[in-house]
Amino acid sequence: MKTNFFKLNRNQTQKLGFAFLSLLALTTILPIILIIGLLIYKGGSAISWNFITGFPHDGMRQGGIWPAIIGTFYLTVGTAIFSVPLGIASAIYLSEYSKDNTLTRTIRIAIINLSGIPSVVYGLFGLGLFVLFLKFGTSILSASLTLSIMTLPVIISTSEEALRAVPQSFRTVSVSLGATKWQTIRRIVLPEALPGIITGVILGLERAAGETAPILFTGAAFFLPQLPSSIFDATMALPYHLFVISTQIPEMPVQIQFGTALVLIAFVLSMNILATIVRSQARAKRQW
Amino acid sequence: MKTNTNIQEFIVTRLIKLSGYSAIVFVALIFLFLIKEGVPTFAEIPLGDLLSDRWYPIEDYFGILPLISGSLIITLGATLIAVPLGIGTAVFIAEIAPRWAREILKPLVELLGGLPSVVIGFLGILVITPSLRVLLNLPTGLTALAGSLLLGFVALPTVVSVAEDALDTVPRSYREGAWALGATRWQTIWRVTLPAAKSGVLTAIMLGIGRAIGETIIVMMVTGNAPIMAFKISSIFSPVRTMTATIAAEMGEVSNGSIHYHALFFIGMVLFIISLIVNITASAVVFRSQKRSEKVLS
Amino acid sequence: MTDKILIENFSLQYEDGIESLRNINLAVEKNAITVLFGPAGGGKSSLLRSINRLNDPEDIRLINGRILIDGDDILDPKMDIIELRRRVGMVFARPVVLPFSIRKNITYGLEVMGEKDQNKLNNAVERSLNQAALWEEIKHRLDDPAIALSGGQQQRLCIARSLALEPEVIMLDEPTSGLDPISTGKVENSLQELKKDYTIILVPHSVQQAARTADNAGFFLQGELIEFSHGKKIFTSPEVKKTEDYVTGRFG
Repeated sequence: MKTNFFKLNRNQTQKLGFAFLSLLALTTILPIILIIGLLIYKGGSAISWNFITGFPHDGMRQGGIWPAIIGTFYLTVGTAIFSVPLGIASAIYLSEYSKDNTLTRTIRIAIINLSGIPSVVYGLFGLGLFVLFLKFGTSILSASLTLSIMTLPVIISTSEEALRAVPQSFRTVSVSLGATKWQTIRRIVLPEALPGIITGVILGLERAAGETAPILFTGAAFFLPQLPSSIFDATMALPYHLFVISTQIPEMPVQIQFGTALVLIAFVLSMNILATIVRSQARAKRQW
Repeated sequence: MKTNTNIQEFIVTRLIKLSGYSAIVFVALIFLFLIKEGVPTFAEIPLGDLLSDRWYPIEDYFGILPLISGSLIITLGATLIAVPLGIGTAVFIAEIAPRWAREILKPLVELLGGLPSVVIGFLGILVITPSLRVLLNLPTGLTALAGSLLLGFVALPTVVSVAEDALDTVPRSYREGAWALGATRWQTIWRVTLPAAKSGVLTAIMLGIGRAIGETIIVMMVTGNAPIMAFKISSIFSPVRTMTATIAAEMGEVSNGSIHYHALFFIGMVLFIISLIVNITASAVVFRSQKRSEKVLS
Repeated sequence: MTDKILIENFSLQYEDGIESLRNINLAVEKNAITVLFGPAGGGKSSLLRSINRLNDPEDIRLINGRILIDGDDILDPKMDIIELRRRVGMVFARPVVLPFSIRKNITYGLEVMGEKDQNKLNNAVERSLNQAALWEEIKHRLDDPAIALSGGQQQRLCIARSLALEPEVIMLDEPTSGLDPISTGKVENSLQELKKDYTIILVPHSVQQAARTADNAGFFLQGELIEFSHGKKIFTSPEVKKTEDYVTGRFG
């Protein structure tokens, strides 16, 4: 009987397979580490007090990014104002009030679709509805509203999950003690689900803060010599600014580009870390 | 006092129910506005011209085939990268990795998901496109290939996390049953765990594709934005332009209500419908599998 | 002897068809312990849940007959359910303490009613904990999280929580199923005290407990009330063969 040289036995196959999968996993995460490393290494030297708090000048080839930082902050807060109450209320509806029927299934499909619509289509919609139809103009208001709708599905899904994780028995006991449904939600379910909801809200806002396409034609400004003074003003924003200085401006100093990118990911990742902390703290404290 | 509670309860319940419907309202509103601004295209541009291979709005050429081909080729490339890598990584995390490796891998993948696409685009311009130009000896690195590479990585976190969730929900007893019958862990993964998680893995792939086809800023930054027909394999090495990038690049410069403006909304409509199909397919897979498992339980 | 609750020709069917009640007639005596016992799935819990309307209307396919508390038909759609639940307290099988302090667990029901007077709330805490025989054990740590109590203490806290609302009827659904014998004894003793002021309906977790506690007892089997009479009688000389088989341990 001839042994086939290429025929591996089961254990060899397994070893080879595992090695291959480890390689795939490594390929997945290596670029992430490289990206973060590169940004910190190259961008770190650009960061200075003047860079953070200064205005850009000389066609943005000099100076700082303060208006972009402030703009992104405004947009994030604006997004939160609209999307957080609506998203949480919607999650409460799905978790506490909805029945398993066609309407609920339609809502769920709508949420899945909202989360899948390309960001630039949100931009188009924002332009059509908020900028032109409602005449809010290219403004913080229009951009925030556009980002809010985009953020909504993230907030709804994560909040609903957090609400559903609260044990059903709490609700039954509360109701048996004569509490109304809303009293039960407000006094027990919501407080218990709060850490999970906050985590979801932060993750949603994190995404909004880093988006460029939805604000392109709804509120982002190429350059502004002063900070916006009302919600009807357009604003600079970190992601759009990075887009502008890495594609639209010839002979842009690389250092400023890296510095801007680093500030942007610091902004976004600090939110991410905050969410992780909230989540792990709540898990440690939880009584059920 | 009691009527007070009742009134409060009534108002709050109403508000919550109303908010509950908001997702439907917004999807409908979005579609409505895309139709309102996009449908006039049919009156303004003959269908034959719309389906031609030349997009050059300044001279009133509005053929969207090059844009569709651009989106398709980049998405195809991204899928070829994201699916094997993503599912391999998900299997590694869910089935093979020791605890410590999992604790490192999962947050890192989440981190990638949280990176703003403009940052990835920026690094693409700086690192990927110059390298491609030199390595492949191309006239420019701004190609469909660059877009595919980057979008592959952008779609990865979606594929990994959804597929990993699916693998996690496969009951442990399935695996133990296979081990008890003498299967190796490797055989168990391929013959038991992955087939059992099939619908979730399919959802992961669909959502990854959806993520790639909708990405805007990255493709706008690294693919050169040339609206040429890209239906050949070799087109991967040439600059292309996607539907998303076209909207993003041109919407700022058109005047409201013009033919060009309507054409861009029309492209948005096409994108919306594509994402609708992708997401409904993805969720239909999930819904169906849930129903089946319910039957098994009862 | 007066009847607090009258159940007349009561039938119930759930949407999923799993459990149901058929034509139940039953009188619950005031200031006494009425025990409902029988194998699982016999409809005891469903009856309790019907008496304070805890069943989700969504789950019910059919409901018939009357349940009268002091003459009021509680199945009447015009019945104020919130008010009803204050009159009829409920203690569940598993002690479910709310994620608050011990004190807040007890005041919760009063607070949702709108009671803000701290004196009244404090009095209610002391009174109800005393009634549930828990005051002496935990009076120094009322502000600790309730989850820190032992299982037996938690269940007595749940009883105290119902008592705080000064209900007329207290229903207990296998309140000692998760408890050790000593805690079980404490709960049973406090029930004997409580019946002086309250009407009690108990679903026991064993026939022995039923026999120990019952003033009156009803045997439930597959949604029907097989036999209902004095505790002493039903556990020593039952009239129906099925009841006898069950209490003597021949099935169930």
